[in-house]
Amino acid sequence: MKILLKNMEQPGYTGSLKEYEQTGGYQALRRVVGGMEPNDLIDMVKASGLRGRGGAGFPTGVKWGFIPKDHPGPRYLCCNADESEPGTFKDRQLMERDPHQVLEGIGISCYAIGAQIAYIYIRGEFRLGFQILEKAIQEARQAGYVGKNVLGSGVTIDIYVHAGAGAYICGEETALLESLEGKRGKPRTKPPFPATHGLYQKPTVVNNVETLANLPHIVNRGAEWFSSIGSPPKSTGTRIFCLSGHIKKPGNYEVPMGTTFRELIDEHGGGMRSEKPLKAFIPGGASAPFLTPDHLDVKMDFEDVAKAGSMLGSGGVTVMEEGTSMVWAALRLMEFFNHESCGKCTPCREGSSWIVQILQRIRAGRGRMQDLETLSTICGNIGGRTVCAFGDAEIAPVLSTLQHWRHEYEALIREAEAAHPPKSEIPVLSL
Amino acid sequence: MIFAKYKDQVEELLSRYPVKRSALLPLLYIAQKEEGYVSESAMKEIGKILGLTPPQVYETVTFYTMFHLKPIGKFHLQVCRSLMCALVGSDDLVGWIHRRLGISPGQTTNDKMFTLSAVECLGSCGTGPMMQVNDDYFEQLNEEKVGRILDDLKTHGTCPLKSGPFMFPEPVR
Ligand SMILES: Cc1cc2nc3c(=O)[nH]c(=O)nc-3n(C[C@H](O)[C@H](O)[C@H](O)COP(=O)(O)O)c2cc1C
Repeated sequence: MKILLKNMEQPGYTGSLKEYEQTGGYQALRRVVGGMEPNDLIDMVKASGLRGRGGAGFPTGVKWGFIPKDHPGPRYLCCNADESEPGTFKDRQLMERDPHQVLEGIGISCYAIGAQIAYIYIRGEFRLGFQILEKAIQEARQAGYVGKNVLGSGVTIDIYVHAGAGAYICGEETALLESLEGKRGKPRTKPPFPATHGLYQKPTVVNNVETLANLPHIVNRGAEWFSSIGSPPKSTGTRIFCLSGHIKKPGNYEVPMGTTFRELIDEHGGGMRSEKPLKAFIPGGASAPFLTPDHLDVKMDFEDVAKAGSMLGSGGVTVMEEGTSMVWAALRLMEFFNHESCGKCTPCREGSSWIVQILQRIRAGRGRMQDLETLSTICGNIGGRTVCAFGDAEIAPVLSTLQHWRHEYEALIREAEAAHPPKSEIPVLSL
Repeated sequence: MIFAKYKDQVEELLSRYPVKRSALLPLLYIAQKEEGYVSESAMKEIGKILGLTPPQVYETVTFYTMFHLKPIGKFHLQVCRSLMCALVGSDDLVGWIHRRLGISPGQTTNDKMFTLSAVECLGSCGTGPMMQVNDDYFEQLNEEKVGRILDDLKTHGTCPLKSGPFMFPEPVR
């Protein structure tokens, strides 16, 4: 079942406007600007069950519905193309191989919420994607799909690409808005929410690239069709899962939601890369807690993964083989989060560096049993106490590896204590 | 004055946003491209164009890792070190580069050709180990490929092994 990757899997498909039109491209945009009521469009997307693919899984139609109808001033759509959650590399493919599918989705979303301007906020490193999108917008503008008076309907939809400059946090929607305003990318306190006070304090919707790419198909084939795919009623449609790590065939695989991790890993990914069996996997990007081989039969939908103690997140599935040190893996991710913490909230800014220091100490053979207690305490003081969800994300690798592989931490520490017997309690950190 | 010759481009950029400050990052990119880094005079000039004070420009520049406030090597080798790439050998990649160029992350070769950085996730997790060189991605690297890339860059300034529009796995023909 391929929806989003279908075009680009055709031999020789380059994603030009002509090719996209030949696959039925821009028919959906034509239909909506040709006279569909924005409210009916919002209802259609609500009925499809489409949920955000950026990480949080918020119902897209419901989010659109929060935009105040009577607001006189401009409204904005921001396409979140920051794609910086470690383990995730699907939006890059959607933009570089079939850019018009994304642009059409943006047009449809703009029409639904009454936005005349959309900004695609793309991470600065995706230089090629930036150029491909600019060129595609040019093509679409010439063909009348973008600009003033789209397809003669009187509707204005302008689309601009805006490059970030290397900051993971700018994927968080309010940090993205700050960055787009030319400031440091620090998340805003919510409420107020972007739906009422977003870009330039105007009503704004932020949607992920993959979320938007689904829209033309929903308009063309109907909400009922879409909601019959996957794992209805709560997780409808397909999702592009990004497989990485110790897997034979890494890459992007589009499968109906509700497929099991086992099927993704064994059938699509070709299984583990060597004889070594699977030891751990991350189901939804670096922010999602680690899971174990016991969870392989969990279905990849929002609810089931949450029930298993993790989250579907961004769709990045990373597998690790037997022999991978879980303390090392947690440290690598923690170094990422420590580097990327924007510094706004004290628990995250300070806590992330303390956690890194403790994990480094344990790995270097200088750990103490009480470090494990300290780690839990620090995590407890970060979770739920920051302005944005980064805080909850960064503690996931530490807490989940401590939960499933505590013995690995303890073994390292026991070795350290045997080599360097503690003469007295070392005051580690008093919290 | 950097921006005199980019007058049209600057105007076009400003027309995209209702608030001038939004053009800050785009203008910084132009400045960095022109001089290889973001100089103090460029920041002052940008401040004038956008009606910002120098500290407002400076506070923004320093938030973003892609802007350099000092000159760096002609080719900026950025190796992704995050977990997904580390699982498939990004530490080896740093080692291969070190063996050839004698530099570690944070260092520049004496001839100012190469600067090596170990950076966090570049969104190329299925095709690691990988590195970005200036605007280009180089993926699925091994020691031999790295040797060829570094040679090509030195002699030709570019290398055909750079990634094109991304799709992985490639469709079966
Ligand atoms: C720390 C952090 C990083 C995020 N990074 C991204 C990202 O790179 N891309 C993305 O689409 N959403 C990201 N999100 C989620 C966005 O805040 C937002 O929920 C999403 O773009 C909404 O779009 P959707 O409803 O279509 O999923 C991130 C969230 C957090 C807390």
